[in-house]
Amino acid sequence: MAPGRTMVLWAPDWPIVAVESSASTPAAVLHKGQVLACSQAARAEGVRRGMRRRDAQSRCPGLALHDYNPDADARAFETVLTAIEELSPGVAPLRPGLCAINVPARFYGGEAEAAAVIAERLVRLGVWDVRAGIADGLFAAEQAARRALAQDSLVVPPGGSAQFLRDLPVDALDDESIVGLLRRMGLLTLGDFAALSPADVHTRFGTHGELLHRMARGLNPQPISRRQVPPEFEATLMLEPPLDLAEQIAFSVRTTAEKFVTDLAGHGLVCTTVLIEVDTDGSLATSRRWMHPRWFGPTDLVDRVRWQLSVDGVIKAPVDAVRLIPEVTEPLGDHADSLFGGGPDERVERGVARVQSIVGHEAVVSVSVQGGRGPAERQLLAPWGERPVAARAAGLPWPGSLPPPAPATVYLEPQQAMVVGAEGQAIGVTGRGMVTGEPARFRAAAGQDWQPVASWAGPWPVDDQWWDEVAARRIARFQVVGVDGSAYLMIVEGGSWWTEARYD
Amino acid sequence: MTVAPAPTLDELRARVDQMQGRPAAQPVATHPAFAGLLQLQTGSSYAVDSASLAMALMAGPSADGAWCGVVGSAEFGLEAAAAAGVELRRTILVPDPGEAWLEVTAALIDVLGVVVVAAPAEVSGKDVSRISARLRQRGGVLIAYGDWPRCDARVSLRDAEWVGLGRGHGHLQARRVTVEVRRGSGPARAGRLWLPDRAQVIRRAEQEPTQLRSVS
Repeated sequence: MAPGRTMVLWAPDWPIVAVESSASTPAAVLHKGQVLACSQAARAEGVRRGMRRRDAQSRCPGLALHDYNPDADARAFETVLTAIEELSPGVAPLRPGLCAINVPARFYGGEAEAAAVIAERLVRLGVWDVRAGIADGLFAAEQAARRALAQDSLVVPPGGSAQFLRDLPVDALDDESIVGLLRRMGLLTLGDFAALSPADVHTRFGTHGELLHRMARGLNPQPISRRQVPPEFEATLMLEPPLDLAEQIAFSVRTTAEKFVTDLAGHGLVCTTVLIEVDTDGSLATSRRWMHPRWFGPTDLVDRVRWQLSVDGVIKAPVDAVRLIPEVTEPLGDHADSLFGGGPDERVERGVARVQSIVGHEAVVSVSVQGGRGPAERQLLAPWGERPVAARAAGLPWPGSLPPPAPATVYLEPQQAMVVGAEGQAIGVTGRGMVTGEPARFRAAAGQDWQPVASWAGPWPVDDQWWDEVAARRIARFQVVGVDGSAYLMIVEGGSWWTEARYD
Repeated sequence: MTVAPAPTLDELRARVDQMQGRPAAQPVATHPAFAGLLQLQTGSSYAVDSASLAMALMAGPSADGAWCGVVGSAEFGLEAAAAAGVELRRTILVPDPGEAWLEVTAALIDVLGVVVVAAPAEVSGKDVSRISARLRQRGGVLIAYGDWPRCDARVSLRDAEWVGLGRGHGHLQARRVTVEVRRGSGPARAGRLWLPDRAQVIRRAEQEPTQLRSVS
């Protein structure tokens, strides 16, 4: 029986295609300051792979530069894989821009014809340059694809792989260490390499070398592994007739939410981040990403839908579709209840969900401490269930921050304070960071009584974010203790005093 | 007939509680600095007049594994709370519950061990009894920052003495305070505490020997 024939589809310069740059304008994708891929037009201007940014720009001043983003490449290639899957199942993605399938020759009436059908489908998708190679093995098919013309195919006849590969240079093996060695040994073509005896190759180059040797001889050492068509977990609720009350919609979405969770559970998955999209009048009205500290159950999803719809002004017209799209799914095993507990316990989870349903999602926060110079900057609040992202690392030394103890009350908005000297004169700080007099009396907030200063220290000047014109602040901090034992952290900014925090 | 000795009375009370289907008050882990002054108990409410006292009271149960909630105080100093021994990972804040603060407090008492509430308005007697009933049923502890009618104990802070700050030099380092615990109409218990001391630890301020300085 003849072994299966393999077709490799190659879209050259995939990173360029993925950034949606047309081949006619010069463009290049950079990775670590070097050109990773360039468009046809750029190549015509003399830009080459591996060139440094400045060299490439000097050859072609109009070069559009893009940063390399492997995830975006893979995402863009996903649409190609889906399109091919519609024509022939069992696609094996090799890397973005390159994939292999078993040739569906019998259905399309020939190998070249099958390649033409697929090429036509991809061109309709906007991938202009696609090349197909068909041969007995994966390696030979890939080499054939690299030698095919755009939107065309190169078919290596059955059993002809060894002959096809014979005249190719050893560089085709794409393994720098072994290729270099072969070149130094004077083996310049794959044919030379293939002529060695397998036993000798194994002795000299080991198992990996033997594998490459088999590839060079046109044998098919590794059958392609086809990808499973990814299961569809997205759940959609179509509302007919459209509804406009959040409560009604939340009630209707329950079955969809249950199906969503059950489908995922059937694959041993749970969803930890979900994207909820709501359509009104056939167009997207609101879309929002929700995270859960554990994972979403049906009730949690219904709650999120209700919260999303309850935001004022979101629903301007009756809603006709609600979509639940799993953004992050994790294996169920990672989230199973452990024997001795762990993570926030479930009772707390439910209780907090109830509080959230009373006051809203953002009103319940989990807390931690981050870095910063002022006490208010050091507070880190994040809505319960969302991962808090520290803007500033807590562990670093923050010059200008005060030594402990930390104030127990940190005002959200600084309170207007007054500090005067013994004769009632205003106290300020000079441009050189010197205090203009000794504080004698103070008032911590507008409504409070004046009281004498028992002890004080400062000023500790902070020149915050001087590099940013908008956010830059020049302030000086003081600690002031009144005769009744109350202690305050005050700042002077532009001549006026503010109470930032209280040590109570 | 003689009056039953105190332990017997306590036992009887516990049995009455048991027969009425509510758990007897259990002691809750309390910060060791309060030994002899105050022992937190489940189902009780405490009123404090200072944020750092509230943190010190939270620290005991929080370190013991309880979840804590803070309702109505957006100005809660997180760094100070962490230094006092409150586990922030097990702390939930509802900074601005608005009108619904009583509902939120009740919902949190259902699931959390300790709830600190800064009541934005006068609390009516009816609300207090509702909350107290919920507290006893769930075995929670309520710490009210501000006034709270009919609370089990009022803990207040006075005679604060700061250490480390001079007139124009130094910085705040430690504070010595008198903590006064008043239960009902009984006599107040008072003790000197470091809140906190120079090493940021809350502890009892014992009679420390006067530091002698060599002068010759």
